[in-house]
Amino acid sequence: MITHTNWFKYSSPATFYQLAGKLTPWFFAAAILFTIAGIYVSFFVAPTDAQQGEAYRIIFIHVPAAWMSMFIYIVMACWSGIGLAFNTRLSSMVASALAPTGALMTFIALWTGSLWGKPMWGTWWVWDARLTSELILLFLYFGFMSLQAAIDDPRRADKAGAVIALVGVINVPIIYFSVKWWNTLHQGASVSLTRSPSMAATMLIGMLLMALAFWMYSIGAMLMRVRCIILERERNAAWVKSVQGDER
Amino acid sequence: MNWESVSAFIAMGGYGGFVWGSYGITAACFAIEIWLLLARQRRVRRQLLGQQ
Amino acid sequence: MTSPGPLDALRAVAGRDLLSALRRRADLLTTLIFFIIVASLFPLGVGTETALLRAMGPGVIWVAALLASMLALTRVFAGDYADGTLEQLALAPQPLAALAMSKVTAHWLASGLPLVIVAPVLGLQYDLDAEGLLILLASLLLGTPTLSLIGAIGASLTLGVRGGGALLSLIVLPLYVPVLIFGAGAVEAGAAGLGATPHLSLLGALLLVALVFAPWATAVALRIAVE
Repeated sequence: MITHTNWFKYSSPATFYQLAGKLTPWFFAAAILFTIAGIYVSFFVAPTDAQQGEAYRIIFIHVPAAWMSMFIYIVMACWSGIGLAFNTRLSSMVASALAPTGALMTFIALWTGSLWGKPMWGTWWVWDARLTSELILLFLYFGFMSLQAAIDDPRRADKAGAVIALVGVINVPIIYFSVKWWNTLHQGASVSLTRSPSMAATMLIGMLLMALAFWMYSIGAMLMRVRCIILERERNAAWVKSVQGDER
Repeated sequence: MNWESVSAFIAMGGYGGFVWGSYGITAACFAIEIWLLLARQRRVRRQLLGQQ
Repeated sequence: MTSPGPLDALRAVAGRDLLSALRRRADLLTTLIFFIIVASLFPLGVGTETALLRAMGPGVIWVAALLASMLALTRVFAGDYADGTLEQLALAPQPLAALAMSKVTAHWLASGLPLVIVAPVLGLQYDLDAEGLLILLASLLLGTPTLSLIGAIGASLTLGVRGGGALLSLIVLPLYVPVLIFGAGAVEAGAAGLGATPHLSLLGALLLVALVFAPWATAVALRIAVE
């Protein structure tokens, strides 16, 4: 017999709270597995780069972190937008839960970019298109988080955050192209699905494994954070009181 | 195998500081984030208990 | 007697805002003076070597105009929010986006246009030649309305919120970056002999995109603020 799950039941904070609690360990486990695989490939399989020596191995953190920083922003904007359009609380809570992790990824991308730039180009900061766009992305994350932190009414904070996230997401391509126009120092995108990769396949595999690791980690962190947000915002609901008894 | 010895692995062809600085900060960031989240969880639970 | 048409309401809102801005001339002048002071601070900070100033000039003037324009933003909706007019505007039969658009237009005329007019004088401080001054004028003429339109979104999101002006800057400045790049870039390209037309066209394109999207986003944000 086919049972039909009503997936919409998970849009209630109460049910999602339980689901998130069960899923979190799995995502962290997946993150650890992908990290082990990724580190193995990054250090023991991928060969030394002819021009950059061993310093290029920073790319296995820098590029996945940069990818995640942009991906998380887009996902955050989507959930925020859904929360604004359909007036669903949980969607907005998920968006708020994603922001700090996304900002962290952006910071890691900037930090590793700086540590990669120093041996390669001699300076701790390079004003090239990609790093500068990452910096502006960090400011966009800070804007979203500050705006939500400054507004006391949680629903107004949700909706205001949604507007700024959506305006930001439209602007990110514009900002990127304008910054690229402004400066073209960075090495051209050497990971492209249409062009033949100018890096060894093992390097690409290493980056993809680490990207998957970061992705699994981000979901795990988001689930943990959204559970905190749910408890904080729904503290007066009856189900929260019963959860207190269960989780002693 | 890329490395002749453990010390070669750590030295990373002279770039050890940069490479391990990157990996180290990344691991530290994730650890701090998780630790802060666990602290937030504990704080919320404590507040909810106090409320009842 | 003809009944008021749809545009009359928009004209009335814009006219009222312009009138109150002109009556409170101090606000207008403060923005302008801030612009002049900031632009004049840079030579004091970096020295007066002419070549350096000529290279820095477009960027400095643009950043100063950007900051001055942002300072003025706190005033575009705050007065109406405080005395309840904003709720009336939200309930009016005219689309809130159009009403917001007319308020932003009046705001630009009162605070953005003066910056455009004064900028060439500051350009002289940075030894820009006649053609450079003209490009500066054109770039600011195209850019400052875009700044006002984008800034209005931020201003409406932060109505009555703690942190006011600083929070507004944090939200809005990253979104200003493309306008700044193409605006200052236009003058620099002109100075380098490469022609400013591509930059100015892109500024025009940004203005058109802002004209289409910003009033609508502002209206959404205004409704969030008044509900």
